[in-house]
Amino acid sequence: METPFISLKNVRKVYRTRDIEFEAISSVSLDISNGELVCLVGPSGCGKSTLLRILAGLHPHDDGDVLIGNSEFPFDPTKDIGMVFQQPLLLKWRRILENVQLPAEILGLPMKAARERAKDLLNMVGLDGFEDKYPYELSGGMQQRAAIARALVHDPKLILMDEPFGALDAMTREKMNLELLDIWQKSQKTIIFVTHGIQEAVFLGTHVAVMSPSPARLADYFEVDLPHPRKLDIKTHENFGVYTRRIYDLLGMD
Amino acid sequence: MSAANWRKITIITLVHIGFVAVWWGSVILMEVPEYILPTPWQALKTLEEENYNWLTHFIATSQEIFGGYIMAVVVGVGFAVMFSWSKVTDEAFMPLLVTLNMIPKVAMAPLFIVWLRFGVDTNIVITFTICFFPILLNTARGMREVEPDLLDLVKSLHGSQWQIFTKIQLPGALPFIFSGMKVATVLAVAGAIVGEFIQSDRGLGWFMLVTQEALNTDAMVMALLLVTLIGVILYGLVILLERIFVVQDARVE
Repeated sequence: METPFISLKNVRKVYRTRDIEFEAISSVSLDISNGELVCLVGPSGCGKSTLLRILAGLHPHDDGDVLIGNSEFPFDPTKDIGMVFQQPLLLKWRRILENVQLPAEILGLPMKAARERAKDLLNMVGLDGFEDKYPYELSGGMQQRAAIARALVHDPKLILMDEPFGALDAMTREKMNLELLDIWQKSQKTIIFVTHGIQEAVFLGTHVAVMSPSPARLADYFEVDLPHPRKLDIKTHENFGVYTRRIYDLLGMD
Repeated sequence: MSAANWRKITIITLVHIGFVAVWWGSVILMEVPEYILPTPWQALKTLEEENYNWLTHFIATSQEIFGGYIMAVVVGVGFAVMFSWSKVTDEAFMPLLVTLNMIPKVAMAPLFIVWLRFGVDTNIVITFTICFFPILLNTARGMREVEPDLLDLVKSLHGSQWQIFTKIQLPGALPFIFSGMKVATVLAVAGAIVGEFIQSDRGLGWFMLVTQEALNTDAMVMALLLVTLIGVILYGLVILLERIFVVQDARVE
């Protein structure tokens, strides 16, 4: 069997302030292969964002092992991560193209090539012609697409998304879901996607990891056996109902 | 320029002309004596009086306003940047600066005269002291207003502190810097004139005191108009710089 791209073993994370200790994650073990789109779903406070930040190398974990990369897909933690947040967080004073180039600038990549790549990515996310606009001239959904292009510009091996469509209206959100699947298939990246939305998780994920709070742990992990490429009508597929039902049950929402 | 901008400029111009017209009309209609309030024309005519040395006074006051103001921008932004780099410096000195800000700066003027030479340079220092705090406080606030998620994004790429500063913090703080600079323009003009009132041998404020003794109200009003003109020029330059350096959406009104 091939070594997984990401391997988490008994990962534990505790936040300490002077007075209290708070166990953000009590124990998570998980293997993720290269090219998967794994949705982390669960209610607020289940530690899913914390897990994402551990993967990003932003927070150290307290116990267990976090291994990313294998012989086939070596991972460089200094430049192989792309992040997308709930807010687009584009720099107001930069044009869209310059915003997308930001990670390449930070990493000191050759700018001419980065510029070309940024243009290609803007095409891919459907923002061709918006290169020279400022963020305020774009709608929320378009800004978020620019943020996705920004996360891809330095060609990272792992994309971490923290509720990227959580601030969008329902219809834009569905549209963005379809586009994300498209982007994922074209770019062949490993994506970890954190969400509150149970249906969104099943619709997007090749795998779904369900997390439950107090204690924060992995409650379930399964492969989503629905065909790709997926369109919205997949939500009427028999299995779609089975998977969403399974998550609702787990989270005690039946 | 867009139609909306032309409309805006037209309105501004008309209102200003209207103000001068009301002033002029009232003085004539109510037969106000010249030594109480001259007409705009009477005030303007004093410019012909060579003994008044307008240019000398105009230059002296301009030097004080611009000198003190530019110094305040450089030092104020410099201090704020330093505070944003070092938390210890920030915690230690920010409260002290807030206390120092409580000192009525105008009341410092007599001390400055004791400490420094008499003249334009001293007025530059007085102007600086008055303008410095709003610029420092606004800039410091701007430096703190960084989205934590944005910092995470840069940190996930192992960006340096210098990159965070040059690419995110400083450009992000620019609207706040300009907001402080705009407040400081008014203070700069007031600072220079107060300085001249207290001590000087030239400048438009000093000139007003001198002409007051002779009850040359027309010259006093003209001096006031010229001080205002310097202030408007300074404010205009700041607005112009803001237009160049700050994207419309990011401007703090």
